[in-house]
Amino acid sequence: MTSLAPGSANPAASPLTAVAIEPSPQEHGAAAYAADDHGGHVDVRLFGLATFLVADGMTFAGFFAAYLTFRAVNPLPAGSTYELELILPTINTALLLISSITFHRAGSNLRQGNQAACRSWLLGTVILGVAFLAGQMVEYFNLPFGLTDNLFASTFYALTGFHGLHVTLGVICILVVWWQARQGGRITQHDHFGLEAAELYWHFVDGIWVVLYGILYLL
Amino acid sequence: MTVASPSDFEPQGLQPQSWLKYFSFSLDHKVIGLQYLVTSFIFYFIGGALAGVIRTELTSPISDFVSRETYNEVLTLHGTIMIFLWIVPVVNGAFGNYLIPFYVGARDMAFPRLNAVAFWLIPPAGILLIASYFVAGGAAQSGWTAYPPLSLSTPAIGQVIWILSVLLLGGSSIFGGINFIATILKLRRPGLNLMQLPMYCWAMLGTSILVVLSTPVLAGTLILLSFDIIAHTGFFNPALGGNVVVYQHLFWFYSHPAVYIMVLPAFGLVSEILPIHARKPLFGYTTMVYSIMAIVVLGLVVWAHHMFTSGTPPWMRLFFTIATSFIAVPTGIKFFNWLATLWQGKLAMNSAMLFSCGFIVNFVFGGITGVALAQVPFDIHVHDTYFVVGHFHYIVYGGTVFVIFASVYHWYPKFTGRMLNEDLGRLHFLLTFIGFNLCFAPQHWLGLNGMPRRVAEYDPSFTTLNQVSSVGALLMAISTLPFLLNVIWSLYAGQPAGDNPWNALTPEWLTSSPPPVENWKGEAPLVTHPYDYGIPEGKIDLRVASGSDLWYGGKR
Repeated sequence: MTSLAPGSANPAASPLTAVAIEPSPQEHGAAAYAADDHGGHVDVRLFGLATFLVADGMTFAGFFAAYLTFRAVNPLPAGSTYELELILPTINTALLLISSITFHRAGSNLRQGNQAACRSWLLGTVILGVAFLAGQMVEYFNLPFGLTDNLFASTFYALTGFHGLHVTLGVICILVVWWQARQGGRITQHDHFGLEAAELYWHFVDGIWVVLYGILYLL
Repeated sequence: MTVASPSDFEPQGLQPQSWLKYFSFSLDHKVIGLQYLVTSFIFYFIGGALAGVIRTELTSPISDFVSRETYNEVLTLHGTIMIFLWIVPVVNGAFGNYLIPFYVGARDMAFPRLNAVAFWLIPPAGILLIASYFVAGGAAQSGWTAYPPLSLSTPAIGQVIWILSVLLLGGSSIFGGINFIATILKLRRPGLNLMQLPMYCWAMLGTSILVVLSTPVLAGTLILLSFDIIAHTGFFNPALGGNVVVYQHLFWFYSHPAVYIMVLPAFGLVSEILPIHARKPLFGYTTMVYSIMAIVVLGLVVWAHHMFTSGTPPWMRLFFTIATSFIAVPTGIKFFNWLATLWQGKLAMNSAMLFSCGFIVNFVFGGITGVALAQVPFDIHVHDTYFVVGHFHYIVYGGTVFVIFASVYHWYPKFTGRMLNEDLGRLHFLLTFIGFNLCFAPQHWLGLNGMPRRVAEYDPSFTTLNQVSSVGALLMAISTLPFLLNVIWSLYAGQPAGDNPWNALTPEWLTSSPPPVENWKGEAPLVTHPYDYGIPEGKIDLRVASGSDLWYGGKR
């Protein structure tokens, strides 16, 4: 049995460390147990979101595995091809990668207190995201195949469509964050969970796209 | 410590405080746990009635009780309800929500609102599923596996509703899993480290990792399947160039771990119950933890042992046979640890203990047939026969459901403040144990002799064993009567339980029964040795010591 006084562990210590330290009572208080709106415990919202993104990533992993297996074992009917137009998707990839950088800039501006600059960078990210979606629509309308033409066509639409849904949701989230980051809004220099959550999600969606681009267009 | 004054937390003023709270969007983990428990039991009785239809039909070799189509719908609904609406929500949602915050020394789950959402996805999903029986074409007929092309050729509306319902339940399960992982890893009371947690926490951590990693794959697969049904794509339709085996791989990538999602929490619960009623420390805590984690890792890489007859190449059969056989090692470690916990203990042969011992007996039998099924030559012989049905029910009924009953007998005093009647409980156990074995043991013989599963008619030479099995099923149905009588009667007239009727050391017993809204009046107790039975009891008078006195041992 450890001989700790009640609640005397350092909340910053790794959960795996058997703690045997006796910090002063003041040490936990504001930092870990701030009287905030999540029930008097440490803020685990970002951890929860990250866990959710692992689950979301597994959905994509399932789709990728299905696609790669189809491609390996199910030959396409004569006259169909895996070849896709590359220019537009490559521009789209660049747009998404740049949007990750702009979002990062928005975050670092907020942490330095430049709320106005943060909002501009957010708006830039939104524009890049919308441009990506527009590019995706243009591509859809110019493709030589429809949803049910062959197995590759179906898989192509399922994968890009599911990712496109994620991007759409991301754009909506960024717009909400942009609104909340206005002067007197909910997101401030020191309280910006919404922005961090949207940023983590956006980077995740970008990362998924890079894999998707690799196996769908380049392979 | 400035944390704990109860008024600091979620505003409770807007929540109903009477029995109405069980019908509200309550954020209290204990209310949500009981909501899960009661809802799941309702679905258990529905699923049980469907099993009754199946067993009645199978008392004779021809389909005379219901039509073949109805039989297919009934077996599909039975499987889906029992797995997704009974076992998974009850061992994860009900006991997990009720116990985990106590065990980590928290006042609620990490995300109370998400928790309530996860629960409230379940009733609509269940109602949707049962309602699909009444739509044009009837409910889904392709079994709980929904293998294409069967699921593409049976009536479409029922199948689509089935998919929708399973997607809702999968979402509920994922939200729950995220909540458990965050609660166990991040909300532990300061001073409590991972290797001091009660074993159920480890079981739930392992289970939730499986839920988060595998359930989304099922969700994605079912979305593709619904495209095949609605939009006539050809992902899994060979006629359109698709591939049915890919569906099987993706389906079993979830559905094999799903077996562990159903049974790992039961391992955890039984590890809580045995030490208390044997008055001995849990044997081999560390090996238990590593076994759970080994099962989690191995559980993710054995799925294709369900597909040995699906044209899997030899290397794949070899790999999955070996990986599956390896699971016997951590499972065996746990089995021997439970035996060693009981060894020379002061056993209280009450209902909770009887059901736990019943679990050990049934589970080891189901485990042995599981190892047999992992071997390719044997599996090919009995694939899709009643042998598999028998094996599966020994794991999920003989294993998990026995533990669920043990847990109800064990924690009912905490839930309600009243004891259950022991005589009715022992009668319940006796009927269940005999009925269960009578029902499912003969199915192994039937399977070895080649009776296929999921068919309403069979060769007349199988009649006698099928009738024995049906008598067992009838006994199981009767066995729920003393149980129902017991839980309802005891709610009003049971003997008052007091805070800690079992003299237990885990934190949920160190508060009143039922516990107050924020779990403890004042500070949460720090329980670093939850299984020290037989050691401190000589020194501490549990009847007078309050929780915190006990745990600081006068050192504060």
